[in-house]
Amino acid sequence: MGSTMTNEAAPRSAAAQATPPGARSTEPDLLTLDNIGVRLGGRQVLSDVTFSLRKGEFTGVIGPNGAGKTTLLRVILGLIEPSGGQVLIDGQPVNSKNKAAIGYVPQKLVIDPDMPLRARDVVALGIDGHRLGFALPSRQRREMIEAALDDVGAARYANARVGELSGGEQQRVLIAHALISRPKLLLLDEPLANLDISSEQEIVAVLGRLAREQKIAILLSAHDMNPLLGVMDRIVYVANGRAATGSTDEVVTSEGLTRLYGHQVDVVRVQNRVLVVAGE
Amino acid sequence: MHYLFEPGLFGSGPVRTALLVGAVVAITSGVIGVFTVIRGQSFAGHALADVSLTGGSGAFLIGFNQFWGFLIAGIVAAGLMEGIGVQRRRGRDVATGVVLGAGLGAAALFLYLATQQTSTTGASFTVLFGSIFVISPDTVPALIAAGVVALVVVAVLTRVLLLTSISPDLARARGVHVRTVGIIYLAALAVSVSLTAVAIGAVLSTALLIGPSATALRITRSPGWAMAASALTGIAATWLGIVLAYDSYYWPPYGHGWPVSFFVVALVLVGYLLTYVKRPRRLAPRSPHEGAECSPA
Repeated sequence: MGSTMTNEAAPRSAAAQATPPGARSTEPDLLTLDNIGVRLGGRQVLSDVTFSLRKGEFTGVIGPNGAGKTTLLRVILGLIEPSGGQVLIDGQPVNSKNKAAIGYVPQKLVIDPDMPLRARDVVALGIDGHRLGFALPSRQRREMIEAALDDVGAARYANARVGELSGGEQQRVLIAHALISRPKLLLLDEPLANLDISSEQEIVAVLGRLAREQKIAILLSAHDMNPLLGVMDRIVYVANGRAATGSTDEVVTSEGLTRLYGHQVDVVRVQNRVLVVAGE
Repeated sequence: MHYLFEPGLFGSGPVRTALLVGAVVAITSGVIGVFTVIRGQSFAGHALADVSLTGGSGAFLIGFNQFWGFLIAGIVAAGLMEGIGVQRRRGRDVATGVVLGAGLGAAALFLYLATQQTSTTGASFTVLFGSIFVISPDTVPALIAAGVVALVVVAVLTRVLLLTSISPDLARARGVHVRTVGIIYLAALAVSVSLTAVAIGAVLSTALLIGPSATALRITRSPGWAMAASALTGIAATWLGIVLAYDSYYWPPYGHGWPVSFFVVALVLVGYLLTYVKRPRRLAPRSPHEGAECSPA
């Protein structure tokens, strides 16, 4: 519990810099993964994963189930020690101080309806839930909580029990929980899993807006890239223990994914949607 | 014709001690129980009670204050359970079959030996089902101190326990030592269980740990209110149980009061069932979808 939190607010209204499609912003790298390898239980799960994230970039970690997407996010969070390579935040190895720049939304959270937490209580735990003692209510806290709920469009159910909200509503509350500490980087593990199509689109829109308006770098894992095509700046395609990085057009090609998977894969584009199918 | 509050009720020393200890026990197990329920550790609470029974009966056999027996065995059991990994299903099976079995077997032996020595059969009943009317006033300060320590520990850990109960990974990513927090919580739970064991008995302590909290969790929405409601429900059940037990002296068989533990546990059950009779109206719609479903299309 030694970690501290910085309240360095990201400039919220920085004018969006128009960057041509495919080109990256000139910002320095916020997060760098350099040649990351992971062994779990004697098995090489990931090797040679290299990519970086910059301010305001929306990056999708895409790949089939079991490809190692969650493992990759857990390495960034420091929950798994990589067997090789290193993770840098602002050019520095991850430590308890600079880790505060990461907000995290874990996968498959099922909050019991009996849990005595309102949406606003969950968001409040984002401020200081890792600290000992308890916080007295204050106007400043309340305003922070309400601002975070507003940012994700969850203000309406601030006082509802979080376990009784729908999956999409819970996801918004958890994003507000992660946002309230003003992270520079938001990590979301399969936030679109088990959501209906309209909640899915709403969550993607909320995240796209956060990246654009608040310049938060977003790293989101998903097994389907299609809901993200409109907002994703870059893609990290994970398969067969390796990863390919770049813009969607660069990475998601029949040749590129065939090389990655190690067997014939066809990429089919139908009406602005991308299908990845196993070849002959 | 008798009254709910029999004449002389509040003038009786043992009754006053019982009401005081009952309140301490109810507050401690009420507050700690809220976390037991949301962490899904009811089984751990029950296991601690079973093992602390071994300590209580052992202390009774050697003529030592039972509270210390309950407490020491409970703390040891908390460490053991952490070692076995009681949160995992297999660990749970091993704990139930092997450790709890051995603990209860030892308790049976201690109680048998003790009754052979003293030839009072009521003694084993006291260990199993509590003895709130015969608590010696010397023990009361220790009971209060133990309750306060457990409550302070849980108060300090409140936010971390809540964050961990949303997601252990989320807490870990924020630098929380989830395992250490779990061990400390289990120790506080052991203290609470040993207090309850003195009051209503080791065998029934889970009822006072889980019942009021489960009731409170059905009628409140935020952690602070849940803890307050749980403590108050516990106090109500305990105090009313004490009063009824005192009154029951005049019930059949005349001249033998019924055990307090029976009344407390029965009242806890009644309280829980009442939450099903009419679910309290909530102040805000639980989810916008809910309102939408009710509104005319």
